[in-house]
Parts: sequence; C-alpha cells; structure tokens
Amino acid sequence: MIAQPAETSPLAATHVDGGAEFAYVAMEIGGQTFGLPINDVHEVFSVNRITPVPLAPPMVTGLINLRGRVVTAICLRTLLGMDKTPGRRDRMAVGVESGREPFALLVESIGDVIRLQASTLEPCPVHIGAAWRAVSQGVYRLETGIIVILDLKQTLGTLQRAA
Amino acid sequence: MDELLTDFLTESHEHLETVDRQMVEFESNPSNVDILRNVFRLLHTIKGTCGFLGLPRLEAVAHAGETLLGRLRDGAPATPATVTLILEVIDRIKMILEALASTGREPDGDNSDLINALDCASAMADPSGTAGSGQARDMAADRASARAPRHGEASLNDLERAFRETEGPGLAAPPLPEPGPMPRPAPVADDSSEARLGNQTIRVQIGALDHLLTMVSELVLTRNQLIEIARREDDQHFKLPLQRLSHITAELQAGVMKTRMQPIGIAWNKLPRLVRDLSAELGKKIDLVMDGAETELDRQVLELIKDPLMHMVRNSADHGIEHPAERLAKGKSETGRIRLSAGQEGGAITIRIADDGKGLDITRIRAKALQAGLASAAELDRMADAQVTRLILHAGFSTATSVSSVSGRGVGMDVVKSNMDAIGGTIDITSEPDRGTTFSVKIPLTLAIVSVLIVTVAEQRYALPQAAVREVVRVRPGGAHALETVNGASVLRLCERLVPVVTLSSLLQAGNGAPGTGFVVVIQCGQQQFGLLVDAVLQTEEIVVKPLNSGLKSIALFSGNTILGDGAVVLILDANGLARLIGNIEADDWTTEGGASPSPDADDASETILVFQCGGAVKAVPLSLVTRLEEIDAGRIEQVSGRPIVQYRGRLMPIIRASEAMRLPESGLQPLVIFSDGQRSMGMAVEAILDIVTQPVDIDFSDHETGVLGTAVISGRATEMVDLAHYLTLAYPDWLAMPRGGAQATPSRVLLVEQSDFLREMLLPVIRAAGHTPVPCTSLSEALAALDARADIGMIVVDVENDASGGLDLVKALAGLPRHRQVPVIGLVSIPHPDLAARAHAVGLGELVAKFDRPALLAALRRAPAGMLEAA
Repeated sequence: MIAQPAETSPLAATHVDGGAEFAYVAMEIGGQTFGLPINDVHEVFSVNRITPVPLAPPMVTGLINLRGRVVTAICLRTLLGMDKTPGRRDRMAVGVESGREPFALLVESIGDVIRLQASTLEPCPVHIGAAWRAVSQGVYRLETGIIVILDLKQTLGTLQRAA
Repeated sequence: MDELLTDFLTESHEHLETVDRQMVEFESNPSNVDILRNVFRLLHTIKGTCGFLGLPRLEAVAHAGETLLGRLRDGAPATPATVTLILEVIDRIKMILEALASTGREPDGDNSDLINALDCASAMADPSGTAGSGQARDMAADRASARAPRHGEASLNDLERAFRETEGPGLAAPPLPEPGPMPRPAPVADDSSEARLGNQTIRVQIGALDHLLTMVSELVLTRNQLIEIARREDDQHFKLPLQRLSHITAELQAGVMKTRMQPIGIAWNKLPRLVRDLSAELGKKIDLVMDGAETELDRQVLELIKDPLMHMVRNSADHGIEHPAERLAKGKSETGRIRLSAGQEGGAITIRIADDGKGLDITRIRAKALQAGLASAAELDRMADAQVTRLILHAGFSTATSVSSVSGRGVGMDVVKSNMDAIGGTIDITSEPDRGTTFSVKIPLTLAIVSVLIVTVAEQRYALPQAAVREVVRVRPGGAHALETVNGASVLRLCERLVPVVTLSSLLQAGNGAPGTGFVVVIQCGQQQFGLLVDAVLQTEEIVVKPLNSGLKSIALFSGNTILGDGAVVLILDANGLARLIGNIEADDWTTEGGASPSPDADDASETILVFQCGGAVKAVPLSLVTRLEEIDAGRIEQVSGRPIVQYRGRLMPIIRASEAMRLPESGLQPLVIFSDGQRSMGMAVEAILDIVTQPVDIDFSDHETGVLGTAVISGRATEMVDLAHYLTLAYPDWLAMPRGGAQATPSRVLLVEQSDFLREMLLPVIRAAGHTPVPCTSLSEALAALDARADIGMIVVDVENDASGGLDLVKALAGLPRHRQVPVIGLVSIPHPDLAARAHAVGLGELVAKFDRPALLAALRRAPAGMLEAA
C-alpha cells in the first residue's frame, strides 16, 4: 500500500485542473534521484566534521554538531544497500526530525524543489528490491528520469530496527 | 486540549498532592482545621468545575466525598476507616484526572462501588438520628461535653470552626493560592505564608527551563571558543568585553541551574501516604519522620530518585520494622520509626533512610545468596558482613520468606541500585541487629554538567566521567609500569593489586594501536576495578551531557554525547556499561581444578607459574600443581596439637607456612595456595599472591635451603621455585605413598614412569633441572610402548613402590629389550625399605631414591648418564 502525502500540506497548492500538487526536495544518491516531501525537510547544509560512533549500525555515519545540536548522520547510500564508493564521502546533508530527534541524511548532491501532481504518483516497481520498497512512498515519471519518493518515517525506522 | 480543562487539571493535580499528604496528618491530628478546610475546598472546587466543564463522573465522586466530609462537620469522628475512604476518593479523582489529561475525556466505567461505600459511611456517621447513628450521636454528645479528643477524633468545636471558616462551594470560590513552579512542602498551618509566596512565583513549563539550560550551556561553549580565539589573536580590544561576557555567562549559568533546583520534599510527598497504607496492610505501627525536606536537587535527579526512595521506604516498612508485639517483646516502643533525612555534603546530596527495626539478617542473606547462586559458599565464607549486606542490591534477591503484596517479589533493591548507578550515585548500608538499618544514598547535585577526562583512541576523542576515574598510569613495555598478559588477557600490577586491563580500541572495534603502549585509566565501578588502555589522555573538561539518539541507546558503552569547546561532538563513555562488558570478558577466578589442567607439553619449555610472596622472598610454583587459590578468614585457622589447620570443604586441611619467617595473621584474610591429591589437601599459607605468568622456566640449581628447588628468573625477578615435596611431607609424612589416578605421556629422553599426576608434575622440573628432557608415563604398558617407539631413551626413572605402576616388572622386562638393556634405571620409593631394596636388587635395579629426596634424585640423575649405574 502506498502512503499518501498529507492532504493538509500547506505547500500543496490547488492546480488549475483541480489536482493537488506536492513539493519535494530532489537529491542524488548513487546516480539515482530521490525526493523527500518538503515538509519533512528542515534545512539543507554541508557537513564538515563527523564524529564516528563505534558499534553503531552501519548506516549511522556519526554525529554532527549543527549549531549546538547533536545530529545523527545517516548514510542513505548504506541504508539503501548501495556500495560505498571508496574515497568518496557524501558531504551534503538534509536536516530532518523524527520523534523530536534531529537527523541528517547524507547525500551526494541536493537539487531543486520539484512540484509534482499528486495524482501522478505511482507505486514502486515490484522488483526494485526490498530495501528500497520499504522506504519509498512511490515513484514519479519525469522527463529526465524516475524520481523515487522517500518516506521519512520508514527510512528512519530502519535505524530503530537495526539498533 | 481546551485551555480551561488544562488549567483545571494542573490546579487540581497540585492540590491533590497537598491534600494527600495532609490527610495522613489529619488522621493523627484531627483537630487541625486547616487540613479539613483544604480537602473540603478541593472537593468543592472539583465538584463545581466539573458541572461547568461537563464531567459527570468526576462530579459524582466529588459529591459523595463532600457528603462524607459534611458528616464530619456534623460531629462524626474522623476514624481511620473514614480517612481511608477519603483517600480513596482522592485516588479515584486522580485516576479520572489522569485519563482526562491523556485523552481529554472522562474514562469509561463507574464509581458506584465507591459512592455506595461513601454513602454508607455518611449514613453511619449521620448524627442527626437516622439509621444506625445512635452511637455516633452519643460520641458527638461526648465530645460536646468538652472531653479532650482522643487519638483519631476531632473535637466538635474545632470541626465546626473549620467548616465555618471554609469558603462555600461553587464556582464563585476565589482561586486558591498556587504553590508555583517550586512548591515547598510548607507546614500545614502555614497557609497564609504559602499564599504570600504564591504571589511571587509564576508557573513555567519545564520544557522552557530545560531549553534555557541547553541554550546557556551552548553559550558557555561559545564563550570558551571565543576565549580560545582571543588567546590566539592576542587582541587587547577583545579582552575586557570578553571578560565581562565570561562573568555574565557564569552567573547566568548558575542562575539557570538554580531555577531547575527543587526541594527534595517533592519526592517525599507520596511517602507519608505510602507508609500509612503499608502500616494498615502489614498490621504494623510506623511513624515517618522527615528531615531536610528543603534540601534542593536538580529536577532531573529528583525525578530519578523518586522511585528508588519509595522502594527503600517500602522495604524498611516491610522488612525492617517489626510487628508491634515483637517490638514490645524486645523492649522497644510499639511504634516503629522510619527517618528520612537529606542534606548537602560537599558536592553531593546524602539521603538517609533509617529504621529502628530488626536490622538485616546476615545469616539469612548468606543462605539466600547461596540459594540464588549469587556467590559460592567459599566466597560467602570469606566475605565480611558489610560485603554480605551489599548482596541485597543484587538482581533477584529478596529475603522475605513470604511474598507479600508490598515487597518480596525479588525486585526492589536492585532497581534502586541500577537507578543510582545511572546517575552516578552510591548506596551504603549499615545495619545492627535489633537496632535497625540505615541506607545512605549519595547522589550528585546535578547531572547537567559533568567533569570528564578526554581520552583518545584511534584518533577519536571520548569523554570519561571523572567520578569513576581512580588514577591514570602511563604504560609502555619496559617502562616503570608495563602491561603483562595472563592467557592473552592484559593485567597491570598496581600497588600490590592486579588490575584487569581492556583495550578501549578493541572494545570499540576501532583498530589496534601500539600494543601495550599508552595510558591505563583505572576505573572504579561499584566493587569492580579495571583499567582501560587508551592512546592518550588529553585534559579534563566540564561538559553538558546530551542524550544519545534513541537509535544508538542500545550501545551499552556510551551514556551520552556532548559538544566540546572546539565544536566537535564527542561520545561519553559509560563506566557502568564498560564494567558490565568487562565482567563478561573477565574469567570468574583463577582456579585450576585438579585434573582439569593439561600436563605441560614436554616439547614446550613454557610453563605457567604462580608467583607469590612469602617471608620477604618471591616464590613460585607451577600452576599445574595448584588446585585452588583461596582467601580464608584468619579467625578460622585452628591449632591442633600445635599445628595450624582449617576446615575446608567439610574436611580438615593442614596449613603449612611457605616460609618459616612468616607468621600467620590473627585476623583478616589469609591467602592460601591449595594443593590436593585425591582426598587430601594442603593449604600453603603465603603473604600475597602476586601474579600468574607463562614463560620458559630455567631453574638454576645450586645449593638452597630446604623447601627450595632452585631459583629461576620469572618476570625479570629472581624467584625461588618451591620444592613442593618438602611441604607435602610436612603436611602428610606419607603423602607420596598414596594410590593415584592416571594421565597421558609425550615422548622425549628420560622416561619417567609415575602413576600419580601430582608426583609426575613435581618430578618433571627436577628432571629438567638436571638437564634432561622428561618423557612422562603412567603405567608399565605406556612405558613399554614409549621404549618401543623411541631408541633414544637415555635413562628411566620409575616408581617401584606401587604395584599398579609395575616398576619392578618394567625393570625385568628391560632385560628382554636389546635396544634398552643398557639404559640406567632409578627406582623411586617413598621410604627406602630393606625388603623393597632386596626385591629391587633381585631384578637388577641398582639405585633406589626416596621420592621427596630431591638432592638424592638429582645426584642420581647426574651420575646415571655417565654410565655409573649399570643395568643387569
């Protein structure tokens, strides 16, 4: 079943043809474009210093000091089961919050805010792998390619399950 | 939620806390009109507000309660039963309020049971002459005739005055004085001062205060950064304003910390009610006395100690205080007393919970600990009483013989212990039979700011709370302090103690630094002491503890994280978590059960040696000969015909001093090295066990005093190798002639045929000391097989006394073996006996040596290869 984005989203403007529009922050991980509902994104920042946490689940890259708050950095690449490219570190982060705790999702690059019509959201293709299906709400077909929409709750839930 | 409802809930909650406490007091002091007024006012307010907010269930309960209070006004006595009912009303109201707070609606269900009981009580207490009230009226009349009120009764005048002075019911009632964010448990009659105080306080959300503290902490960190920069830049312009900023920040920090302080009395609020209920339930009479309720503690700490305190008071009431009859029989007053006191001592708060009950039953604790498997009988035997009492803090410990609804479910003190550990608190127990038990709890003033030691491992910094750190020792191979290993585990010798050391990098799975080099931080955690090897120790710092992300809480090694002055996040190591982890790694003890240890491989020259100190000398004995290491209470050593013995595992065991120069202590613990063979044991008394090392042992054999086999260099120290045979014959003159069990063999040059593991182990170093490589065998057949397999056997040492090992038969058989016909044979006997000597001679065995006569054996061994001994 596909979780529907919240209908009450203030950013969901009514389109001319009556369909609701949703806004997503686009980001790139391992050559794939992902989208996160803009309401979930608190901020976007670049990462300088990460303190690793020994014995933590592998997707936890470490802890970041974000203006006096300790933020847990999650490597989306590891979480999504992609190979870690040697020598390359994801230095951009999407600041999100779950259960009043701050998290930073590490990605390669962050793109624009994309507005898409809710009615065009399609279910994930069945064969994209369990790790991806577990954390995505669905996909959109864009002219430039496919964008996979991440479900924040499910994504961070992976950490709780791993811990 | 409706703002009106929220206000109502907050207000009611505060009043309920007060009323709860005061009702108990009212019961023993019914003439106190203020209490009655408070309860009455609360019920009125609730009843009135309920009608307004539309909460019928709450309204009904409040109404019924009010009616009963009304009867009290009309002269009914305030009996314990009535008070219980009113307390029940308060409980029910609380329950409904809780549901309201979480759901915004009244919970389902009805209160007809309680209301019926209240109505019934009201009817019983009705002095106006309706059903069953004759007695009540009589009593009221009694009181009216100016009789002094008995315990549990209020004088009619007082009650009437109370109700005259109480404001009428309804919404119009003026708002009550509010205790504010820091309610102080004020004396009951001090209502007016509370009112004055109320005007000067405002209600603040706890979250707001917490946030303020976080911000101030950040400010402190930012200031530190600025100071750092200013120091580097050396700019005079910054200096003055920075100094001012520094001052203001410090003051602000202190101020904010103060807003979070609350009197400990808040955590005690529930206790009078608890004790009252318990005394009723247990049929005991208990007074609760509270001192120092105004002592202030950080809000967070207060939250954490609430439950432990409750557990401890509950325990004192249930286990400590005796039943009235028992107390009277002991000549104590019928009413037991639990005294709670709090006060600041240094940087910590000490809370004491003292009862004047029967004290802890040490015998029962021992029995229970044994039954629960918390310690072995031997361990328990050598524990001092104070140590035994601490066993009650273990999980799964409860001495209550019957499981009461109060305690005795095996939870309680271990919960207390773990809560205290969590906040870095400690518990001390003192107990005296029939005088009572005192629990002293020491807790830090605040948890928000902690002093830590910053250490590095694999280039990462970690913070270690300083409260747990005992000392820091620099270690490197060959240095003043060096790590040693026992079976692969590191230990550090420190002031005559052996401290287990774990490498932090391996605990963190963060790669390995230079082995054995760095700093050992010695950590004390409860009774456990251990060392943590880190790469470097940087500095100490005051940090603000921030909680770990919930997804990381399962990592037991970390208790939180913080941001240092340079802006980096560091993890805070949890001393308790480390201790638990090490407890699992650490072996239980050093014992080697008889027979379980493998014989040292004859090809491997390394031996594991137990090193101990005695009479000013360092001595050693092969660990494979040792059965057990024990510490016994010196008081248990008895003298039988001038020889020290001790009862050990149901038998009498002789104690032999390892050195004549040593004296057995009269008290304290006496370390013993125990040697056993079959049913016999001997305890060798030593001054201290120093170490266990595994290394090649090269015994320098030259003339030595009796009892010394030779000297060897062990861990760089000249060490006397103990000649065990000497001590064994001191303990049992016939030890060496006892029947034995069997074991294994490995090939080499001197064939040693000896059935006893023990003697074989003892003879092996002697043969090695004479420059030979021993081939141990246990039986005739084994010896023959070994001879068959090897042509290079140069000598045979054989036990000819025990028929089972067939020593003489072997000598006879040798004559039939062409390869070995010329091999010299030394016969071993326990006591040279003319008859045996004759039989040996008959088979051609030229030399007989007493087993415990080391010099003679060595002499024979030396002579033999030179061909001085000829086989027949």
